[in-house]
Amino acid sequence: MEVAKLTDVTRIYRIGEVETRALNGITMTIESGEFTSLVGPSGSGKTTLLQLIGCLDRPTSGQVVINGKETTNLNRNQRADLRKGTIGFVFQFFALIPTLTAYENVEMPLLLNGKSPSERRKRVMELLEAVDITNHAHHRPDQLSGGQQQRVAVARALSTNPKMILADEPTANLDTENGEQVMEIMKKLNKETGTTFVFATHDPRVIKHATRVVTLHDGLIEKDSKQ
Amino acid sequence: MMNYFKMAYRNLGRHRRRSILSGLALALGTALLMFIAAFFEGEMRSSMEATLRLNSGHLQVQDADYDPDKLSVAWEYLIENPQQVAAQIEALDEVQAATPRLFASGIVSVADESIGVQIMGIVPDSEANAPYTEGLVSGEFLSADDREGIVIGLPLAESLGLKVGDQLNLLVNTSDGSVDEQLFTVRGIFTTGTTAYDKGIVFLPLAKSQAFSGAENHASMIFILLKDREQAEAVAAAIQGPGYQVKTWTELNELLVLVNDFSDAYLSIINLIILGVTATVIVNTLLMSVFERTREIGILSAIGMKGRQVITLFLAEASLLALGGITFGSLAGWAISAYYGKVGIYFGDFGMSNDFILQDRIYTILTPDAALNLIVTAFIITVLSSLYPARMASRMEPVEALHKAQ
Repeated sequence: MEVAKLTDVTRIYRIGEVETRALNGITMTIESGEFTSLVGPSGSGKTTLLQLIGCLDRPTSGQVVINGKETTNLNRNQRADLRKGTIGFVFQFFALIPTLTAYENVEMPLLLNGKSPSERRKRVMELLEAVDITNHAHHRPDQLSGGQQQRVAVARALSTNPKMILADEPTANLDTENGEQVMEIMKKLNKETGTTFVFATHDPRVIKHATRVVTLHDGLIEKDSKQ
Repeated sequence: MMNYFKMAYRNLGRHRRRSILSGLALALGTALLMFIAAFFEGEMRSSMEATLRLNSGHLQVQDADYDPDKLSVAWEYLIENPQQVAAQIEALDEVQAATPRLFASGIVSVADESIGVQIMGIVPDSEANAPYTEGLVSGEFLSADDREGIVIGLPLAESLGLKVGDQLNLLVNTSDGSVDEQLFTVRGIFTTGTTAYDKGIVFLPLAKSQAFSGAENHASMIFILLKDREQAEAVAAAIQGPGYQVKTWTELNELLVLVNDFSDAYLSIINLIILGVTATVIVNTLLMSVFERTREIGILSAIGMKGRQVITLFLAEASLLALGGITFGSLAGWAISAYYGKVGIYFGDFGMSNDFILQDRIYTILTPDAALNLIVTAFIITVLSSLYPARMASRMEPVEALHKAQ
């Protein structure tokens, strides 16, 4: 089953008179349960592609269908709604809300989804356990290590049972041990829950876990291989 | 909703000093406005009361040709048989007191010093003289048949070095256009709390003032106090008669009534100016907060927070700031107003016009209406002004917000 389908997608950024073509006509499909890495040098369009799949941005031309829904013409709030139930994000800079505890950060998407307090409590504890952070549930991000923060971010991304998790350089700011730990957790969750994972990364530690590697160059798909 | 306030509270705590300073600006504004409102109220009430009790009363019956500025005691400007007219008016249910008064111009001399005064002939036992009898600081008030006694104000006594029992020479312009003079003995010295009034007036018994000025059986006016001043128009209509004019307190104090009517508008303008300034501080604080938290707003948006939810979050921050600042400011404003309501603020001799008497000391009065009005206005203005930064935050595209921060 297709989770995301992109047809001839371009994305052009205009800054003053200068045009930058970040994506040059990408056509690809992501199937449910994939563990896919988008790789390529800096400026190849990995992050842009990830943002389009995540409905954080809109393409200049082409079509992006997420979970069977055409997204190109959705407004800001409609895209927020679509993200809320379908897509989870893990960012390079951990991206937790600094004033909220680990528990509350994981709880936030559930709050936005209108879940009841008992449902929220159950789900948050389940996830904190899955990423092995239960003992630090009531710590704020600045009281957690980078690895712990990224694990909380993974738990938050998973909280609403999204179809797909998009991770932008999830291990870039982690040491080898923590990076490996985070990847193991994601791999395990992919196997157990069937959640689709898409990474934008340079990191061989991430690439080695991927079941599919899509290589980008100058905004085009250079290679698409299963492993 | 509780969660928004929890987040808002923690966000304000991130820059505690900045939040406290913004709250203090709002508190200061609220306290200041509360004090100004209390001062205005105190000033207007004091002025209204002093003007009505000392100068105009609620109604005056005058001869149709009477001109209050001339202080003439020529018979054609005066009311004949004033005691009889006053007694008829006083018999009305709505009337608290009606008493004849005769005004003449005179000069008080002691040794080499002379001061121009207004001589007021009064019926000593009338209730309308309460401000003077209650304000006696030494001696006693006049009796109706006293032929040599005079009561003077404290500032006049001080400037001429007079005390009870001393004598002064009083010169009067008489009804036939000439002058007369006589020695009087100071029976009593009074103060009404309004220096400008007290230094320019002396009291004689009505009968003596009539004889002295040649007004005989005449008076300048019947001075009337009502049980309820709102009935002035109705009573005025009831006591109209040929040859007389009946003036109500609103006609006699046009300037005062106008100022009173406009005082609410003045206050509203001052409120808007001061609250506008404090609102700017709040907007500034929230704008800084929006710029600093651009990435965070991007993250919240990425995990599904909608525009209106972002607005709610910032409005919650503004509401908490407003709640803290306004509560603190209201308490401070109330305390300052209560203090000056008790001890008063001394301004001294303001000067006086016929329309407007200001007492030397003004006591602030904070009414619950004024306080509530101010609290609600301050809260609404603060929250409304925070809409701008809140909307700005809500319109950020998540991808741009995330990019900017990196």
